Amino acid sequence: MQTLLRTPLYDSHVALGARLVPFAGWEMPVQYEGVIAEHRAVRSDAGAFDVSHMGELTVDGAGAREFLQSVLSNDVERLEPGLAQYTLLTNEQGGIVDDLIVYELEAERYLVIVNASNREPDFAWLQEREPADVEVRDVSDDYALIAVQGPRALERLGLPDAPAFTFAEGEVGGVECTVNRTGYTGEQGVELLVSAEAAAELWDRVLERGVVPCGLGARDTLRLEVCYPLHGNDISPETDAISAGLGWVCALDTGFTGADKLRRIKEGGPEHKLAAFVMEEAGIPRQGMPIVEGGEVTSGSHSPMLERGIGLGYVPAELAQPESELTIDVRGRKRRARVVKKPIYSREES
Amino acid sequence: MPAAESYPDNLRYHPEHDWARVDGGEATLGITWFAQDALGELVHFEAPEEGATLTKDQAYAEVESVKAVSDVIAPLSGEVLEVNRAVADAPETVNDDPYGEGWLVRVRLADPGQAEALMDAEAYKQHLAEQG
Repeated sequence: MQTLLRTPLYDSHVALGARLVPFAGWEMPVQYEGVIAEHRAVRSDAGAFDVSHMGELTVDGAGAREFLQSVLSNDVERLEPGLAQYTLLTNEQGGIVDDLIVYELEAERYLVIVNASNREPDFAWLQEREPADVEVRDVSDDYALIAVQGPRALERLGLPDAPAFTFAEGEVGGVECTVNRTGYTGEQGVELLVSAEAAAELWDRVLERGVVPCGLGARDTLRLEVCYPLHGNDISPETDAISAGLGWVCALDTGFTGADKLRRIKEGGPEHKLAAFVMEEAGIPRQGMPIVEGGEVTSGSHSPMLERGIGLGYVPAELAQPESELTIDVRGRKRRARVVKKPIYSREES
Repeated sequence: MPAAESYPDNLRYHPEHDWARVDGGEATLGITWFAQDALGELVHFEAPEEGATLTKDQAYAEVESVKAVSDVIAPLSGEVLEVNRAVADAPETVNDDPYGEGWLVRVRLADPGQAEALMDAEAYKQHLAEQG
């Protein structure tokens, strides 16, 4: 029986009356007041998430850029200090070891923020391949990460607007942190990287500004509405980036691990594609439910904005087009669903 | 507004967190405060058909929150006379009022004597305490 890890904000969560659940080896808040209210707060105003369970690795040394270019799918050459990039760590088959964000701190010095459940595999993967002039370190325990997301997030924090996928040193309520213009909700917002010691104070300063504490439940429904894949559900070492619709983060010319395999899949056309769908009938799709026409649901939930079931799943490529009719096997009941263009939810259409 | 925790004295309780309000040969069924609290805000009620047969201790419906789905267990055997359409349309009614507006089905009992085997409120509260 493994003991669950706790983030530096654990006591804050308990004090707020959060419902804590095991997630990727961590004891994490799944909700405070309720998933739907938290979800709506992020869509209409601002919400704060403790995502300190995510891993932080640094990649340093004279060969750091060249090394990352060889193991990550996106073009690292497009980065400069202060810029960040969504990218994939790929295997030789073109499968996805993890999806992550890489930050160029300075020339030949990078930070990568990885999924909690992949912290150890990613670290091992990079260490096994690091050349002599590069050092990869796991610095996760030194940091906490607080995501503040929503149309009023920047205003409430008193932070200046900045383009997405940039970052800079800053402060909120006098607490110094790195302000990353990134997120996992489809809303404007930031992820604040802060020292573990200062995390609880930063969390309090954020909530004092009227930001609603949100748990992992809302984080999942928010990301699903905007079709951000979840590693372990929608993407994995057994699924490739082209079939997952992540070709846009694959700079095939850079020759990263698995690029040749991905080029062949792209040229031949994938057999299955990750499609987004909306239920046409009652019922909520869940991970693992069969799709009668082929494939299965990889993520499914109730959409608080659409107020109906939504999901993602790999379907035969010819059925991945919007308006295709699907049938989801909801515990033995056949329920109709319709493929929609990604994202499932966007403010303009609602 | 979510309801405050309560277990009314005039109901009978099943260990799987269901209640029955027995009235002669009929009963109204629902899920307890504990059950709705454990699930969180309900977003779907997969109701049985009217006329369907319920078998004591067997699932007859499902309730779902954003994160989880749960079978609803029949505390008594019988035939479904009426399904609460208000809950089908607005499942959060169960969170707001689990013993009132949030009832699930009304049934004609196959054997009203079965109710004797169910717990009273005190016994159910004891059952919850033992579950930790």
